[in-house]
Amino acid sequence: MHEVSIMTEALRMAVDAAQADGAGRILKLRLRIGSLSGVVPESIRFAFDVVCHGTMAEGATLEIESVPAACWCATCAAEFECADFFSECPRCHNPSGELRRGRELEIAKVETS
Amino acid sequence: MCQECGCGNGGGDVKIGAHAHEQEHHHSHEHGHSHHDHGHAHSHAHGIKTLDLNRSLMEKNTLLAERNRGFFRAKKLLVLNVVSSPGSGKTTFIRETAAKLTGKLRVGVIVGDLATDNDAARLRTAGIPVIQITTGTVCHLDADMVSKAAAQLALDKLDVLVIENVGNLVCPADYDLGEDLRVVLLSTTEGEDKPLKYPPMFHSANIAVITKNDIANAAGFNRDLALINLQRVSHHAKIFELSAKTGDGMKAWLDYLVQQTKSV
Repeated sequence: MHEVSIMTEALRMAVDAAQADGAGRILKLRLRIGSLSGVVPESIRFAFDVVCHGTMAEGATLEIESVPAACWCATCAAEFECADFFSECPRCHNPSGELRRGRELEIAKVETS
Repeated sequence: MCQECGCGNGGGDVKIGAHAHEQEHHHSHEHGHSHHDHGHAHSHAHGIKTLDLNRSLMEKNTLLAERNRGFFRAKKLLVLNVVSSPGSGKTTFIRETAAKLTGKLRVGVIVGDLATDNDAARLRTAGIPVIQITTGTVCHLDADMVSKAAAQLALDKLDVLVIENVGNLVCPADYDLGEDLRVVLLSTTEGEDKPLKYPPMFHSANIAVITKNDIANAAGFNRDLALINLQRVSHHAKIFELSAKTGDGMKAWLDYLVQQTKSV
């Protein structure tokens, strides 16, 4: 996967927001990553150190909030947690075609000073 | 890893800017309260503050992709994003699709590859208008590259724009290009479990095409198993089985495309 580009973009957004707010440093970055986003947290952490080097986020802490995937079952009109893309509803056993959560790749918060 | 991709380039620029800015702030900090020329920075310089962003990291590409989609719609173009592993037969499939539509629909192609313009040359020889994007180390096409490449094609003379993505079943899944239909190919020479191995890509496809059907037997291809796997992951996708080389099964696909162009 393209973890370095993803972290580069996360840093760009964080720096833009921090600078617009007049901050001098970024202390912490919080990302929200879905369990089916295809992004590997270990690679994200590695990429984070690489892209932050020499920027206002150098030495910052990275927090990763993982979002468990959930599918929508139209028959039961209810959500259920799923481990992959091809899950069936635990109640009615119909396959679900609608993933409601789990693909997130978001920047949630930035802590600055 | 696509360190050199579109969003990486933007980030690189920001990095330089951010560094300079950091020094600037260190400077103002050292001088204490007396030195500042903008009150806003000063008021936050000493406290820790949390900024809520809640934004998608794919936002930039998504916005550009939507811009592409609107632009293509205005041009009344049907746009396909064709994805697969390397060697699944994308170029032959696209060439035969364009050739067999001659007289019915005008097809143009944007081809993405890490290096060489061999695929573009193969299409050009067949008389198809084609633009090559050579991505270097980048493992996928993004909406910005497509926008720039499309500007070099005479779009007003086309009905269908086919984007041949870089042969890769991982990264292109995350990059919307502004297409109407995402077409994923699975050749009979690949494992029947490809859809299970690369679910994000197969799940995101609108159309799944089994290619190289003419050599299915020789390759020991288990059609039933492949269809079960496809229907499991790409349950909403329309499935075609064909051989671009022999033309077997192409008619159903071409009829479908002609039908689709009527709704754009």
